[in-house]
Amino acid sequence: MAFAAFSHGGGGKKSAAPVSKGNGKVALLLLLPGLLYLAVFFIAPLISLVATSLQTMDISSGFPVYSYGFQVSNYVDVVTQYGPQIFRSFFYALLATVAALIISYPLAYFIGVKARRWPLLQGLMLTLVIAPFFISFLLRTFAWKQIFSNESWIVGLLQQIGLLAPDQYLVGTPFMVIFGLTYNFIPFMTLPLYTTLERLDVRYLEAGADLYASPRKTFTKITLPLSMPGIVSGTLLTFIPIAGDYVNASGLFLGSTETSMLGNVVESKFLKSYEYPTASALSVILMGAILFLVTLYVRKSGTDDLL
Amino acid sequence: MATEFVARGADLELKGIRKEFPGFTAIENLDLHIPAGEFFALLGPSGCGKTTTLRLVAGLEQPTQGKILIGGKDVTNTKAHERPVNTVFQSYALFPHMSVLENVAFGLKQRKVEDPMTKAQASLDLVELGHLALRRPAQLSGGQQQRVALARALVNRPSLLLLDEPLGALDLKLRRQMQIELKAIQMEVGLTFLHVTHDQEEAMDMADTVAVMNKGRIEQMGSPEKLYDRPKTVFVSKFLGQSNLFVGKVEEENASSISINVAGNKITVPKDRAEKHKGKIAVGVRPEKAFFHEEKPKLGAGHNLIGPGEIIDIRFTGVSNQYLIEIPNVGNVTVFAQNIGKSPVTELGAKVWVSWKVEHAFGLSDLPTNTGDETITQSITVQ
Repeated sequence: MAFAAFSHGGGGKKSAAPVSKGNGKVALLLLLPGLLYLAVFFIAPLISLVATSLQTMDISSGFPVYSYGFQVSNYVDVVTQYGPQIFRSFFYALLATVAALIISYPLAYFIGVKARRWPLLQGLMLTLVIAPFFISFLLRTFAWKQIFSNESWIVGLLQQIGLLAPDQYLVGTPFMVIFGLTYNFIPFMTLPLYTTLERLDVRYLEAGADLYASPRKTFTKITLPLSMPGIVSGTLLTFIPIAGDYVNASGLFLGSTETSMLGNVVESKFLKSYEYPTASALSVILMGAILFLVTLYVRKSGTDDLL
Repeated sequence: MATEFVARGADLELKGIRKEFPGFTAIENLDLHIPAGEFFALLGPSGCGKTTTLRLVAGLEQPTQGKILIGGKDVTNTKAHERPVNTVFQSYALFPHMSVLENVAFGLKQRKVEDPMTKAQASLDLVELGHLALRRPAQLSGGQQQRVALARALVNRPSLLLLDEPLGALDLKLRRQMQIELKAIQMEVGLTFLHVTHDQEEAMDMADTVAVMNKGRIEQMGSPEKLYDRPKTVFVSKFLGQSNLFVGKVEEENASSISINVAGNKITVPKDRAEKHKGKIAVGVRPEKAFFHEEKPKLGAGHNLIGPGEIIDIRFTGVSNQYLIEIPNVGNVTVFAQNIGKSPVTELGAKVWVSWKVEHAFGLSDLPTNTGDETITQSITVQ
C-alpha cells in the first residue's frame, strides 16, 4: 500500500539499532539504481516543469515565443484566471472522496470482517471490487454517460417523478462529475480499507461490548480508530488522483465547461493552445496544494497515535 | 442502562443451558449455581465447553436453550453491554490505540460513572501498575498486560467477574504470583469470580468450588479437597491429579465395605467411598497414598495389598521419587515416595509389594474405556 507509510509517521522514534559504519557504502550502492531512477524520471522533469512555469512570452513576431525567464506573475495570472477551476478541483475531490469512503467502508467491513467465515464469498467479493479494472476506465466512464444520457429512461423517469425539471439533464452537471469520480475511484478506497479491516481483531469488539459499550459506541471508539490507517491510505489514494483528474469532468465524458477542473485546464493549455507556462504553473500549483493538504491531513489525523 | 454500580458480587444461575454450533453441541445440558462472593473454577480440557459457558454468561454467545440468571435477574436475552459482568480475556484484548489508563477507564466512561480517570488510576494502583498508566499496552510485558486486563475489569465492580484462562500465557513463576494476587483481590473486593481453566493446580489452588467439565457436561463439582479425595468418575480421577485404577467384579460385601477381585488380588473399598456396590467396578488410589514393600508385609484388614511386582521405572522429581511398578496380570501401578532422608528402594528390577489403606481407596461410577482384555484388569496412571 503506497501510502501506508504515511499513516505510520512518527513511529520512527525508536528506530532499529544504528547500522554500523562499514555498511554505509554497501547501502549507498544498493540505493544507487533507485536514486538514479528518481533523478532522471522525477527530479529532472520537476525542475523542467518549474522552469517552464516561469517562462516569459514574446508575441512580437506575431505568434507566441517562449523563453526562459523568471516571470512569477505567471502564477498570479493563473490563480486569478482559473480560481474557480482550482477551487472546483479540490471541492469535487473532497466530495467524491467522502462519498467513496461512505460507500466503501461498509463494503470493506463486510468483506473483511463479516465474510471471514466464508472465504469463498470473501474472494468473490474482492474479485468483484477489482473486476472493473479489466475494462478501460475511459470506456466505463463513457458507459455511464450513455446510461445517464438525456434520452435514457433513467433521466426520463427522474423528470417524470419531478426530481429533475423537464428541461434538466444529468450529463454535464457537477452531480454527474462527482458521481463519475466517486465510481472510478471506489476500488482505491475499498482495497486499503479492506486490508486494514481484514486484520481487525474482533476480540477487541467483544471486549468493548463486555465493557458496556453499545454496538454504536464500539464502532466509534474501537473499530473506527483501529481502521484509521486504512482510512488515511484510502482517502489519500482517492483524493490525490481525483484532484488532478481530467476525464470525468471533461465535456467529452460526464462534464461540461461549467464543471471543468484543474486537470481540464492543464490538458487544454498543454495540448490545444500550447500555453506551456500557464499549464506548468497550474501543475505546480496543483502539486503544491496537494502536498500541503496531505501534510496537514496526515498531521491532523494523528496517525502516529495508532499502533 | 441495566447495570448499576454494585459493590458486592451477585450469584449466577444457569438453568438447562444447551448450546449448539453448526455441526456440534458444545454444551449438552448445564445446570449451575454459583453463590455470591464465591471463587468458582470451571476446570476441563480444551474443547470441553468451559469457554463457551463463559461466553454465554458474558453475553457474547446466545444459548440454544436455557436461562441465565445473574443476581436472580434473567439476563438471557440481554446484550453483552447490558450485563453487569466483566471479563478478563485469555488474550487480554487490551485496546492497542489507547493508553493503559484509557483502557481501564473505558468501562467507567461508557457507564458515565463520575471521575473515571481517578477511579481507573486507583484500580491500576491496586495491581501495582499505577506508574505505567500512560504507556501503550504493547509496551508492557505479558504479566503487566494481564494485570491491566484485570484492573480494567475490576474497576467496574461487576457483579460477576469472568476469567478466561487469564494466566495461561504467563510463565510458571509469574503465574503462581498472579494466582496469589488474584485470590487476595477476590477476598478484598468480595466479587463473584468465575474462573475458566485447564490447569488443575490453578483451579485447586484458588477456587472455593471446582466444577470439572467434560464433553459439555459437568462431571463433578465440589471443594478442591473433596474432588481430589473422592473423585466419582474415571475422568475426574485422571484429570485432577493422578490415579491408579483397578477394575474387577465385586465378590465380597459386608456392612461397611465391598471387595473386588483383581486377578486374584482382593481390593477393598469402603461402601461410603464407592459409587457402585455391585458388578464390575473401578477402584482407585492416589499414587502418594500407596506404599511399596521389599518383603511381603503382614498388614491388617485395614489395608489393601497387591503384588509382587517389579519396579520398571524410577523418576526423580525433587520432592519425591515416582516409581512405576509392573504387577503381572494387574498392570502398572505408580507410587510416589517422598524424599525424606532415607530413600526406600532405588534400583530398577526390585521385587516389591504395593499396599494402601482401605480408607484411601475410592470406587468410581464408570469404567475406564480402554479396557482391552476382559480378564486382565488394568491400572492406569495418567497425568
